[in-house]
Order: sequence, then C-alpha cells, then structure tokens
Amino acid sequence: MSNNILLAILVTSLATYLSRFLGVISSEKIKETSKIFRWFNCLAYSTLAALITRIMIFPVGTLSGADHLSRIVVVTISLFIFFISKRNLVYPTALSVFLLAILNNVF
Amino acid sequence: MINIKYFLKGFGSVKGVDSPALALGCSFIAIGAMLKNLGFTIQESIFSTFLTYALPGSLVMADSLLVGASLMNIFLAVWLVNARLYPMTIALFPLMMDKSHSKWKYYLSCHFIAVSAWLIMKNNYKSIERKYRIDFWIGLGCATWSIAIIATTLGFFAANHLNKDMIIGLAIVNPVYFMCMMIGAMKTLQITLAVILGVVFGFLFYFVSPEWSILFGGFSAGSIAFFIGELNVK
Repeated sequence: MSNNILLAILVTSLATYLSRFLGVISSEKIKETSKIFRWFNCLAYSTLAALITRIMIFPVGTLSGADHLSRIVVVTISLFIFFISKRNLVYPTALSVFLLAILNNVF
Repeated sequence: MINIKYFLKGFGSVKGVDSPALALGCSFIAIGAMLKNLGFTIQESIFSTFLTYALPGSLVMADSLLVGASLMNIFLAVWLVNARLYPMTIALFPLMMDKSHSKWKYYLSCHFIAVSAWLIMKNNYKSIERKYRIDFWIGLGCATWSIAIIATTLGFFAANHLNKDMIIGLAIVNPVYFMCMMIGAMKTLQITLAVILGVVFGFLFYFVSPEWSILFGGFSAGSIAFFIGELNVK
C-alpha cells in the first residue's frame, strides 16, 4: 500500500471513530427520559438532514459529475414516487439510479 | 458474550423489501469504483471501508487526496463532515445500554453507527427487550458493514465495466433513500421540525461556511426544533 493513502485512511478512520467513541462516553451519563436525550435526538435528525442537503445540492466526489438541474429533477420525481407508492422505499431508490444516469447522458 | 439469537435477528433485519441493503450496496459500489479511479489498490479500497465505514467521510478523504491536502486538513475535514455521528450515538446508545454488558461491547460496536443501521435500530428498538438490544445492534451492524465492504469490492472490480453515467446514477441512491427514510421518521413535531429546519439551515449555512455548514446548520435547526417541541408539550 502506498504510505500516503494508508495514512489518509488511518487519519480518516480516527476522525470518524472519535465522534462515535465520544458519543458512547457521553451516553453513559444520559437517561433516555431526560430532556438532553430529546435534544440530542433532534440534533441527530437535523444534522442528518443538513448532511443530505449538502450531498444533494453541494456534492463532492462522484455525484458532482451530475448537474444541479438533473439532481433536483431526480429527487423531486423520487419523492413523488415515494408518496404515491404509499411510502415504498424500493421504487424511488431503484428509479433514481436509472433516471440520473439517463438525464446525465442526455444533458 | 453475545446472545446469538438476537445477533442473528439483527443480522437478518437487513433482509426484506424496505431494507437499506440495496441503497447501501449501490452507494458503496460507487465508492469502490471511485477509489479505483483515484488510484487506490483493492486492498486500500477494502481497508478504507473496513476502518471508516462512513460514506461522506470517505468522499471527503478522496476529495482531499485529489487536491493534495495535508493529513491535518484531511482529519479536520473528515471530522467536521462526520461530527453528526456524535449526536447520532447519543440519540441511540442510551436506549441500548444495560448494566449486564461489558462497556467494551459499546466501545467496539459504536463503529457501526451509520445512517442506515441507525435508522433501522431507531425504528425497531422498542420491539426488543432492553437487555438484548446491543446484541441485535451488533448483528445489524455486522450485516450493514459486510454489505458495505462487499459492495466496495464489487465496485472496484466493476469500475472498468460501468460507464460514467451509471456510476453517477449509483451515487444518488443513498441520499434519495435517506431522504425517504427521514420523511418516514417524521412522526412527532420535534422530529418533523428538526428534519425540515435541518434542510433549510444546512443549505443556508453553506453560504456562510461550507466546512461548518452541517454542524452549524444541524445544531441551530435541532435546538430550535427541540425548544418548539418542548413548548408545545407544555
């Protein structure tokens, strides 16, 4: 393995595990019925929503190869399918792959 | 010791029509193909998913390597994008902790905290006796972790056979899936507000600071949602 890549992987895993580990340490003092637990529950969902927004609108890596309009169209259609299929998760996710691939190829 | 019955129950919970296995697999196929195109070997690609197992962090690492960032920069960039794992852990682990288990079980199994496993566990924990929740979680985590590693391997080898459009298509599966799952989780005022405000603030804070947008946006959105929810209960 190349030293640079190996070190980057180790640093990435350390930065990732740190948040998980500190979360467990903090959890030892938090009761599930407490207000602080409910607050962290809200923070977890909101940071996830913020992350998904960033991935969708300001992506890095592979997804940045698709333009904004294609991504917005795919997400809108996928959400529409999700609601009309009574919240089925398979149809919108499976459709999104082909839809984005086709849109990216055409435009 | 791990209770095998609950471990297997957790491991098997990724089966089924609404399983995240498909979305998780597609995303890591895209990651495997991307790492190959970046010049990673198969060992490095597997090692990366094995140790990190957090998709946005892997994307940031790849992006940082492309621009020749220093190790400290990579650490900070990954920490910022993966800091969401801290509140996610606190929002889940108090529900699984039981005095009968060794702390090491929690310290090691927190590696499995990722959106897919987290959302499944949050939806299912009430149906599992508290004492066995951690065993179920370890089974579930092993299953999603295995899917990620196998998909990375498949993506690496499929990189030469998948065209660019298809790889881009695969990369959108995960955010679409998570968005649908988050909408499905919007069952209380607090969670609904947290998700909606998270989307709005995450977007707005990007223009203030791209690096801190997830943390700042998530923190302010979650705090406002919490206070409004608490006031509403009173």
